[in-house]
Amino acid sequence: MAIADAPLTGSRSTGAALLALAIGLFLIVFLVVPVGTVIYVAFTEKGGGGFTLVNFLDFARTDLFVRSFWNSIYVSAMTVLWSSAFALPLAYLTTRFEFRGTALVQTLGFLPLVMPPFVGAVAMQLLFGRNGTVNLLLDEWFDFKIGFMEGLNGVIFLQAIHYFPFILVNLSAALRNIDRAMEEAAQNLGSHGLRLFRRIALPLALPGYVAGASLVFVKVFDDVASPLLLNVKEMLAPQAYLRITSIGIDDPMGYVIAVVLIVIAVATMWASAWVLQGKDYATTQRGGGGLARRKLTRPQSIAAYALVVFILALVLAPHLGLLLLSLATVWSFSPLPDGYTIAHYARVLGDSSVYITNTLLYSGMAAAIDVVLGGAIAYLVLRTRLPGRSALDWGAGAALAVPGVVLGIGYLRAFYGVKLPDGTPLAALWIMIVLAIAIRRLPYALRAAYAALQQISLSLEEAAENLGATKARTVRRIVIPLMTGGLLAGFVTSFATAAVELSAVLMLVQNNSDAPLSYGLYVLMQTPAGRGAGAALGVIAVLIVAICMGASQLLADRSQRARGLDI
Amino acid sequence: MFRSIALAAALVLVTGVAFAQGKVTVVTSFSKDVTDPLKKAFEKATPGTTLEVQNRNTNAGVKFLEETKANNQVDLFWASAPDAFEVLKAKKLLSPYKPKATGIAEKVGSYPVNDKDGFYVGFAASGYGIMWNERYVKANKLPTPKEWQDLAQAPYFDHVSISAPSRSGTTHLTIETILQGEGWAKGWRTVKEIAGNLRQVTDRSFGVPENVNSGQVGYGIVIDFFAFSSQGAGFPVKFVYPSVTTLVPANIGVVANAPNKAGAEAFIEFLLSPGGQEALLEPTIRRLPVRPETYAKAPADYPNPFKDKNLQGLLTFNAELSEKRNEAVDVLFDQLVTFQLEPLKAATKALHELDAALAKKDNVQARKLAQEARDLIAAMPITDAEAAAPEMRAAFTGGKQKTARQAELEQQWAAFAKEKYAAAKAKAEEGLKLAR
Repeated sequence: MAIADAPLTGSRSTGAALLALAIGLFLIVFLVVPVGTVIYVAFTEKGGGGFTLVNFLDFARTDLFVRSFWNSIYVSAMTVLWSSAFALPLAYLTTRFEFRGTALVQTLGFLPLVMPPFVGAVAMQLLFGRNGTVNLLLDEWFDFKIGFMEGLNGVIFLQAIHYFPFILVNLSAALRNIDRAMEEAAQNLGSHGLRLFRRIALPLALPGYVAGASLVFVKVFDDVASPLLLNVKEMLAPQAYLRITSIGIDDPMGYVIAVVLIVIAVATMWASAWVLQGKDYATTQRGGGGLARRKLTRPQSIAAYALVVFILALVLAPHLGLLLLSLATVWSFSPLPDGYTIAHYARVLGDSSVYITNTLLYSGMAAAIDVVLGGAIAYLVLRTRLPGRSALDWGAGAALAVPGVVLGIGYLRAFYGVKLPDGTPLAALWIMIVLAIAIRRLPYALRAAYAALQQISLSLEEAAENLGATKARTVRRIVIPLMTGGLLAGFVTSFATAAVELSAVLMLVQNNSDAPLSYGLYVLMQTPAGRGAGAALGVIAVLIVAICMGASQLLADRSQRARGLDI
Repeated sequence: MFRSIALAAALVLVTGVAFAQGKVTVVTSFSKDVTDPLKKAFEKATPGTTLEVQNRNTNAGVKFLEETKANNQVDLFWASAPDAFEVLKAKKLLSPYKPKATGIAEKVGSYPVNDKDGFYVGFAASGYGIMWNERYVKANKLPTPKEWQDLAQAPYFDHVSISAPSRSGTTHLTIETILQGEGWAKGWRTVKEIAGNLRQVTDRSFGVPENVNSGQVGYGIVIDFFAFSSQGAGFPVKFVYPSVTTLVPANIGVVANAPNKAGAEAFIEFLLSPGGQEALLEPTIRRLPVRPETYAKAPADYPNPFKDKNLQGLLTFNAELSEKRNEAVDVLFDQLVTFQLEPLKAATKALHELDAALAKKDNVQARKLAQEARDLIAAMPITDAEAAAPEMRAAFTGGKQKTARQAELEQQWAAFAKEKYAAAKAKAEEGLKLAR
């Protein structure tokens, strides 16, 4: 392991400065300005008037908001705990051991993140709800029920299932980057088992874990959908959403909460940077390296498979429910549907091709933008000394906390008045949907890029530069190839979650031919007769993401192997 | 552009039939199940037009029109809640249109079908009531409700669902109907007694039929077509109109500065035509047509507001009063019920237990305590006059002459409710000790 050394100094090239400027401009135009047009309301008294902080005072004096704030903190922290419990075994077993089905586990373990809006909720209720499959059976056999989905604990249960892939993906990428030699060295010195994990693998993979865990914390803190689908309203993000969408766009309190959410998100990112500060996680050698993974003994292997299957069964239950729902005729107050049909698929098939194309196009473009921006910001922050570089980081991180509906309204405000030559408003172009999604998913790619770069030893770049390579060439030939795994993780996370993004999309979709899958789902779910068809569309969305995931997983493995031979 | 509109308008005047072409853009809260059949039928009946449907919920739709008015691209706004149209009208986002179609009823129930100023047109009617899941009710051995007050009885505890009136235009009208039908104080008493039995207050109106259909709750307070279309989809659910209900029209209106005004008008005429009205009878739509003759083609048990006795002589809904206290009623419900549901339920549960004990063994003192507890639950922080006062409205809309900021009022009302519910629970528990 390289001795800790400070980032390079003096490499303030104009290229980096220009890059920073371009990114800054992008963030200002597509994030700061639109959000600013909405959120300044937090600092004015309702009905006009000058600058005031009285709304923040009201926030602190309202029991409901204070209660919601602590509920949100509690739920977020507990979710991080549970998600870690789900993610750690899956990540460790599949990256550090010879484990058949690694690609499958990684792909399946990622799917919970792709929970289609609305129908995912219905499926969960049908399985785990008060009168869902599990409870109906428990009641029949043993005369008791378990409140999986009741109150805050229900939210924690649901969120942990939903968001643990953030930890899984980032931790796996980090673990994969650790050279086997590190573990071998420790083993030669007599370390094994949990101690080996605790003292070698986990510390070296800490950037990945912290990236994932901080994302989970902020995401859960800012998530609107899951609490609301369990009818838990006394959390901060749902309060903001409910106020903005029901009391109205002029009500300051919704934006006061939005400001609080943004502050918490930035603080979390800052705290996660602080945790990693002053330590060096870089190793000069990259993982894989052609070296063999560790082997499991037979009993170990049986225990490992049992654990993996159990975790996967739990976290994939919602998707099983979704599949059943999409095939069900009527499913009401019974453990399983009354009958099965493929009529729902037939019904959505006609419309869905345009939705699928749009979803792939939008999510793909958004994720590509995110990876480029995220990688660039991570590089600027970690490898240059440009003044104000961390502002880019905080800015992009704050995007995590901007409620989708605020971003959507901000886009309409900022861009609807801008007319194209033929008179159509700028905000009506589909590219605006892409940009909105890209902004909303940027923090995912950014965290992943950050973690990937933190693991690369500076000495590799120094070596290249000593050999005469220019800065640009070093980045191209050394940094980017070594970051590939992390960047890919970022791409996949952004892509998959973008595919089911709804709140901002809903404000921006102007006609059906520009609409992505999530919008089609929303439209279908406005009647009781639509939930089967909605579920069918949801299954299609999940399948698309799964296929793309599997493909990129293969790609990652292949490139890893190819590079393993190169080194 | 202007000339072609003028030409089309002239043609309309001459022939009485809208000469429509091109794309007609409509913002609607109705689902695909509703819009698809009507879109298909319209495009067939009016060759050369396409109907572009933008689906947004009512509030988001209103906001969208507001945010985009400088460069409006939308021709029609199409939704249930009449109050949303009132809002649009007040913001001058609608342009008046008088339909040419004849044979349309003046009133459904006792609600005028069309806006008196001609800014929006009713094309179907809907009423509010109670839906329930038969399997759930059977498994839990629960009764069948007929009136709102039934839902307040002990057996219904923790089995009822409603959407928040601040989140759902239809629920708002349901609450307002009860308040107008029974008066402010008695109406709120009924509302809170039912609320004490709630399992949940959902944030989407669709959440209620969804939970009833899947059997997560037994009963839901819903607009009729949610229940009818659930039945159409095969779910084991039933529906009843209580005697205090009202039928209100679902509406459509031409947006101000519509790019395709002729097309917009053609679509309205189509909706009101015999063909358009018949399309409302489809199993996935199930709205009540405003053309009385259409009911001849309806299925056997279809409600008919022009004939059925229970839908005659309903409450005359006072839209003006409703409009005045719109925000106050929403915020009151949220602060007294939605965000105080646990304390309210705890008090109600204690009261149900006390009632059961009293039924077994009467006790005058305990009976008095029960009444006191009921009055505490029913207590309101403001009177109906205060709720409809302009100063109250100003607190919510940001006017100058306000009594307090909205956040201050909310905190006051929440604290009021919390204290009263806790006191009610204490009284009921005290009574229970005496009664045992």
